[in-house]
Amino acid sequence: MSNAAATTAVARPVKARGTASRLFFGRNANTVYALLLIVVIASVFVPYFAGVATVSFLLIDAVPILLMAMPMALIIITGEIDLSVASTAGLSAAVMGVLFHDAHWNVWWVFVACIIVGLLCGAFNGILITAIGLPSLAVTIGTLALFRGLALVVIGDNAVADFPVDLTTFATSTIGGTGIPTFMIFVAIVVLAFAVLLHFTPFGRALFALGFSKEAARFVGIRVNRSKFWLYVASGGISAFAGIFWVLRYSSAQSDSVTGLELSVVAAVLLGGVSIFGGSGGIVGVVAGVLIIRTVNYSLQLAGLPDTVLTIVTGSLLVLSVIAPSVSARLKLSGEKRRNRALRAETFAT
Amino acid sequence: MTMSPNSATPAALELNSATKSFGAVTALADGTIEIRFGEIHALVGENGAGKSTLVKILAGVHQPDSGHFTVNGEHVSFRSPADSKDAGISVIYQEPTLFPDLTVAENIFIGRQPRGRLGLIDRASMHSQARELFARLGVPIDPDRVAEGLSIADQQIIEIAKAISLDARILVMDEPTAALSGVEVERLFAVARSLRDRGTGILFISHRFDEVFDLCDRITVMRDGAFIATHDTPDITVDGLVREMVGRDIATLFPKQDAAIGEAVLSVSNLTRAGVFTDISFDVRAGEIVALAGLVGAGRTEVARAVFGIDRYDTGTVLLSGKPIRAHSPQSAIDAGMGFVPEDRRKQGLVMDLSVARNVTLTLRRTLARFGLINAKDERRVAEEWSARLQVKTGSQDLSVATLSGGNQQKVVIAKWLATAPRLLIVDEPTRGIDVGTKAEVHRLISELAVQGIAVLMISSELPEVLGMADTILVMHEGRISARLSRDEATAEAVLHAASASPESAA
Repeated sequence: MSNAAATTAVARPVKARGTASRLFFGRNANTVYALLLIVVIASVFVPYFAGVATVSFLLIDAVPILLMAMPMALIIITGEIDLSVASTAGLSAAVMGVLFHDAHWNVWWVFVACIIVGLLCGAFNGILITAIGLPSLAVTIGTLALFRGLALVVIGDNAVADFPVDLTTFATSTIGGTGIPTFMIFVAIVVLAFAVLLHFTPFGRALFALGFSKEAARFVGIRVNRSKFWLYVASGGISAFAGIFWVLRYSSAQSDSVTGLELSVVAAVLLGGVSIFGGSGGIVGVVAGVLIIRTVNYSLQLAGLPDTVLTIVTGSLLVLSVIAPSVSARLKLSGEKRRNRALRAETFAT
Repeated sequence: MTMSPNSATPAALELNSATKSFGAVTALADGTIEIRFGEIHALVGENGAGKSTLVKILAGVHQPDSGHFTVNGEHVSFRSPADSKDAGISVIYQEPTLFPDLTVAENIFIGRQPRGRLGLIDRASMHSQARELFARLGVPIDPDRVAEGLSIADQQIIEIAKAISLDARILVMDEPTAALSGVEVERLFAVARSLRDRGTGILFISHRFDEVFDLCDRITVMRDGAFIATHDTPDITVDGLVREMVGRDIATLFPKQDAAIGEAVLSVSNLTRAGVFTDISFDVRAGEIVALAGLVGAGRTEVARAVFGIDRYDTGTVLLSGKPIRAHSPQSAIDAGMGFVPEDRRKQGLVMDLSVARNVTLTLRRTLARFGLINAKDERRVAEEWSARLQVKTGSQDLSVATLSGGNQQKVVIAKWLATAPRLLIVDEPTRGIDVGTKAEVHRLISELAVQGIAVLMISSELPEVLGMADTILVMHEGRISARLSRDEATAEAVLHAASASPESAA
């Protein structure tokens, strides 16, 4: 039997892995399968999990993570990191509260101001990392504390809660009876934009090259610092947008809004198959990674486990997502080499 | 004790039929060498012949997969460099790694400092022992100065002093003269001879035949990871050695075709970067292959990197087809029609984890994009076309380049630049680490490019490659061009003299 199988395998015409095959068997696909598996398990074992309410609760808290995960994925692919995303969102939330409540700005101008604050935060990170050449880990740990501190300076111990009701209800509304938050439309646009940027533009190609080898990237004319700078600016802007959503969703702007979410974002991106060493990953995987984190957390919440357990689980997923790829990468490379030899033997056999 | 049958001198070290593979790559197919006490034994072979792997086995860095290894007649199998040291083997590397903030004496006795009262380091004793070592070697180095700022030659002497203080009976020198000046080489040889006369067995690895014949008692040749032969030095000539190293006639290695030479494509004038290179001026014309020769560290790669815009330069101009190229901007160099096949293929030339197709099209990512988006079909078509033209042997365009052999990786690097239709191609050590057969293929490729009218600037440390390929040879020495030789007047001696510190004095 095994003999017959081997014969057919050899007789099969030499064919490279196509796009479709990559879609179903690639690393992205594994994350998607893992997500489906977790959803199925949760539906079977967690009471009340299978239902429309789940879709809506699960997804609404996925919104800010998904948003921040997009620029984060690109940044990690270039081999850097941005730990200040949640603090940037917190700062823009604080600015939003003060400008709206104390300065009585028009709400739309408040949004514009918040986004600008976010872009400036990102530019600040970007300048320190690219122009001065400091390591991104150190810089963004610093600005994680700095931006949070500024948020406290801006809004103090106050909580602003009197935002227009139509906006806050819009933030928590769902599309028809599907349970999908209306806000997901914006998220979808952002995700699509980043997917195109990463996978279909010269800029995206450059990011992968950059993540693997800065030196090789420079030799093909990639502007290493400029690319990184704009990623941090984008990260700041998107984080501010997530901050705005957060305030509307909870109808409250405080100095500690969005605290600690950077961990979930990083965990989701790594779980989604982006390598912490840079150079590989894809948007589909990252989206699945975010949903995995949310599904696991939500199921545990439904099962009545305390928040401390949730933190432990998030931390464990983060560690797991860092360990798993380095183990599988070794297997993969040796497998590929074997495959290349075999394919070569067939192609060039005389 | 094992005695060599044809000699009264006992074998200090014997390695027989050692093999070593890294994954699919066989680095050493037959590592065989016998070193006797009181001899200087040369190990020669082309780049990639397996010399470094053999040295690393002797040093305990690598463990051989199979083979027989005896030191002093006793069977050994080293698990670590410490085991090798304990067995009396010391390796002096080309560029020693001393601790720059420690003194010379502290470096020699690092980790085994003489102790005095209270278990503290006995500085006086350390100092006098170091002084004694240098006296024995006949080299005046102050044991109390810090290692920072010492020349490479002095650092090697310190490593040798360290080896002697460890009672090393076998000394392995891995290309020790590559970065030394003529006087320094002579001093090193004097030290080596005196050690030999006191009974130390020395393995000397060098690419320079004059040194090998001048210094060594026996010569072992390796090729393609395997032992070829061991000769007593008087029994062999340079030509015979070269024939054994390349395994074929040298003339067939470099099938240089005659190319019509046209207008100047690249004009570099008075290029200077303080402390790195000074007043570099040269032209490369269409169809011409210009070689930059010289010793490692003479500033050749630095000049090329500045021309291409990877590094800055202080003064001077770079013109491509008469138009100035913006300094420090690889993208404008590429846009103007330059390509650069860098020296370190794995780090600079390729993104190892990306697929063959992605690597080939990386230089074209802008031209391939229509309305800002890259068409995957176009990308694949271009990649396939160029891989086919250069006969890159890969099972699939989707496999990462890390799975290819060195020669095929180099073809991918060349392919990605040819795809940009360059007017000038800079190739830095184009055949380093490539097997002999593919080497000839790379040479043929470069020669064909010249025939097609591409100007080629080639940097190479391999003299036969320089002499065989170049129409014009520029020799660099300490950041300056010390000789300009046409193909007709270029000889190995002329290039070597211009590259070393003593022009014509040694002749």
